[in-house]
Amino acid sequence: MTSDLTTMLHARFPAQIIAAHNYRSQQTVLIKREGLLEITRALKDDPSMAFDFLMDLSCVDYLKFGKSQASAPTLTTPSPLPYYMEPKTDAETWTRGVSHDEYRFELVYHFYSSSLNHRLRVKVPLTSADLTVDSLTGLWHSADWFEREVWDMFGVRFAGHPNLKRILMYEEFKGHPLRKDYPVRKRQPLIGPAN
Amino acid sequence: MVATVDTTQLNWMTTRVDAALGWARKFSIFQYPFVTACCGMEYMATATSHYDMDRFGAGFPRFSPRQADVLFVVGTISHKIAPVLRRVYDQMADPKWVVAFGVCTCTGGFYDNYATVMGIDTIIPVDVYIPGCPPRPENVLDGLMKLQDKIAQGTRAPQAPDPAQRPDELHTPHRPEAHL
Amino acid sequence: MAAPAADPPVTRNMFLNIGPSHPAMHGIIQIVTQLDGERIVSTDVEIGYLHRGFEKESERGPYNNVIPYTDRLNYVSPLINNFGYCLAVERLLGIEATERCQYIRVIMSELSRVCDHLTCVGASAMEVGAFTVFLYMIKAREWLWELVELVAGARLTISYGRVGGVKADLPEEFVPRTRKALEDVRKVLLECDMLLTRNRIFVDRMQDTGVISKDKAISYGITGPFLRGCGVALDVRKANPYFVYDRMRFDVPTGSHGDNYDRYLVRMEEMEQSMRIVEQAMSDLPPGPLNVDYEGKVLPAEVMVDEAKMGHVAGFKSVRVQVDPTLEGSTRGYHDAVNASEKRAVLPAKEDTYGNIEGLMHHFKLIMVGHGIRPQQGEYYSAVEGANGELGFYVMSDGSDRPYRVRVRPPCFTIMAALPELLIGDMVADIVPTFGSVNMIGGELDR
Repeated sequence: MTSDLTTMLHARFPAQIIAAHNYRSQQTVLIKREGLLEITRALKDDPSMAFDFLMDLSCVDYLKFGKSQASAPTLTTPSPLPYYMEPKTDAETWTRGVSHDEYRFELVYHFYSSSLNHRLRVKVPLTSADLTVDSLTGLWHSADWFEREVWDMFGVRFAGHPNLKRILMYEEFKGHPLRKDYPVRKRQPLIGPAN
Repeated sequence: MVATVDTTQLNWMTTRVDAALGWARKFSIFQYPFVTACCGMEYMATATSHYDMDRFGAGFPRFSPRQADVLFVVGTISHKIAPVLRRVYDQMADPKWVVAFGVCTCTGGFYDNYATVMGIDTIIPVDVYIPGCPPRPENVLDGLMKLQDKIAQGTRAPQAPDPAQRPDELHTPHRPEAHL
Repeated sequence: MAAPAADPPVTRNMFLNIGPSHPAMHGIIQIVTQLDGERIVSTDVEIGYLHRGFEKESERGPYNNVIPYTDRLNYVSPLINNFGYCLAVERLLGIEATERCQYIRVIMSELSRVCDHLTCVGASAMEVGAFTVFLYMIKAREWLWELVELVAGARLTISYGRVGGVKADLPEEFVPRTRKALEDVRKVLLECDMLLTRNRIFVDRMQDTGVISKDKAISYGITGPFLRGCGVALDVRKANPYFVYDRMRFDVPTGSHGDNYDRYLVRMEEMEQSMRIVEQAMSDLPPGPLNVDYEGKVLPAEVMVDEAKMGHVAGFKSVRVQVDPTLEGSTRGYHDAVNASEKRAVLPAKEDTYGNIEGLMHHFKLIMVGHGIRPQQGEYYSAVEGANGELGFYVMSDGSDRPYRVRVRPPCFTIMAALPELLIGDMVADIVPTFGSVNMIGGELDR
């Protein structure tokens, strides 16, 4: 069950797959946003894949990936590190597959098949200029609220969603809080002081 | 023959009436539990058989603000629910008291971000603060007894909280985010 | 003279707003219903009143700082959330906890699950009118909370898990006290069963209300006791086993009708299965690796501290110190028994930190800003069986000492999305038992 799914998808949709990996034994494919609806329909209908659960849908903002002040140790000592503190050489490495500057956002879909008991992660990189993607509400009902949350927290629009409004924040809130450029403590109170 | 009333005895009478009213009020608390989060679990634990708030006369929650006199704000208040809290408080009839249950309601707790209110005393006046995350039932009962003392004396928090006049020690210190 | 034909009465649907502050003590949810008499025609569910910014807060601190925030996700079963997050980070790092630690995690998770089901069934029984059952079940929950307090130090928000292990080992009297407590909990469950299961009023209110079909439930992404009430025997502990669940013998109860009554029965039976798992794990609990140095010398901690105060520090570097890894200092077990041996993730024992230079350096490298647990760049999604269903943690690392993105896949989010399905067609009075059996936990739903 190692790379069957990714090879199957490569064979069926060669133009839409950008990259694929199996980091820590979790199959992942990076696809183009135009192919999302077609590929996910195949994931659901094809009996060899049979993904009946859309388990999770979230988004990642790559604006500060690897650039935080804590990414590099602030203290370098001249003496060597003890052996157990050397960075571990891992056999597996992970790469995103596309550049962070070009594609700032990435939608992450987690699928699960209850009959075949396998999982797949589908990632769709998006540019900040054109932050829309097709909605999967026609295929899985769970997409409804997940997509509303991604809209609320990140500002990704879903074309075809019946009711795309904020779900966790209130409508008067401006901005999308989970983006990396939204300050953590910036409050927009409805009543009371902005402490 | 006109019976004269000794006016020096009247003050003693009114203070006795006040004391009796205070005694009656403190042992018949009708609470409005505005339960939002994890503190609600400790509220449930305090209200049920092991720790039992009923022996203090506070066993009857009244889920209508018109019928309640103590507003227990239990759990984090976010900015989305803050107007609702203010409305519930305004709908309650005098005399009313407010208990801030849990550190999220006292000063905001460790949720210092875009969504939370750093202390409900920025919105409504608070009489008793019960800190803890969540407070142990013994803490809650201690706070309840302090509230009862307040009720018996008839003292209440001032009506209009002004955040500018909050004493400095209640301000959450600003933590510089050097690492972000 | 013929009477004029009577015009049919003009009716309008009524809007009834339930919440956000309402007595079904589950938290703050607003359900705006449109009623035709007593029948619900449509509902609109408004959530987010407890949104506390968990995902944004978890990007601020190092990996272990997220653990107190995870406590407060599903705050009735906080241990499951702790261990779910720790599992995700450990898999991301590529390390595995020790066997004893995994057994401890299984025991504490299952105790937490029993607490959650007790609260859920108790609260929903109270809302239907059976107040006595609520009092009995909370009484049983108090006994379990006393056990949790014995091990973790707190009743509710315990922050017990750590990346690579747990905070403290089990104290001496844990196993006998747990056995006694589980006996008492079983008696309480029997009483409540006798009070509710064949009670005419309870059955009438719970049976055939809040019905959802199997296909709809799967399409909504519903998992856990809710889905098992519809007849699908899906349990993450059996499908993708983690910790030592593959060694435990337990059954997965399923219902058949998908209504509130079946979900109630599933939860009652799951409590029994959880207690069965706890008993198996306690009898199989391995003693844990014992780490002494090559000379076999072990020095008790208090002796070392006294010697050091008097300046007798010669030979400390080559001596293994015996620490008290439990909270009350019962002298059994070793720090290594419950924490992984991965030095890049796990803090050393305190006596090592203060006792020898390697321990101090090790501690420094894990605590100071800019150092710390540093998984290489990558991502991992781990699923554990929460009390409401599949609790997923998606953790992404960018090579620094704090998580780049922590996403929680909340099980009750998908169930709440299906609430209109469950309620439309039923009567107003059915909202309360249905909502009770959803077991919505605000901390998990809104994060």
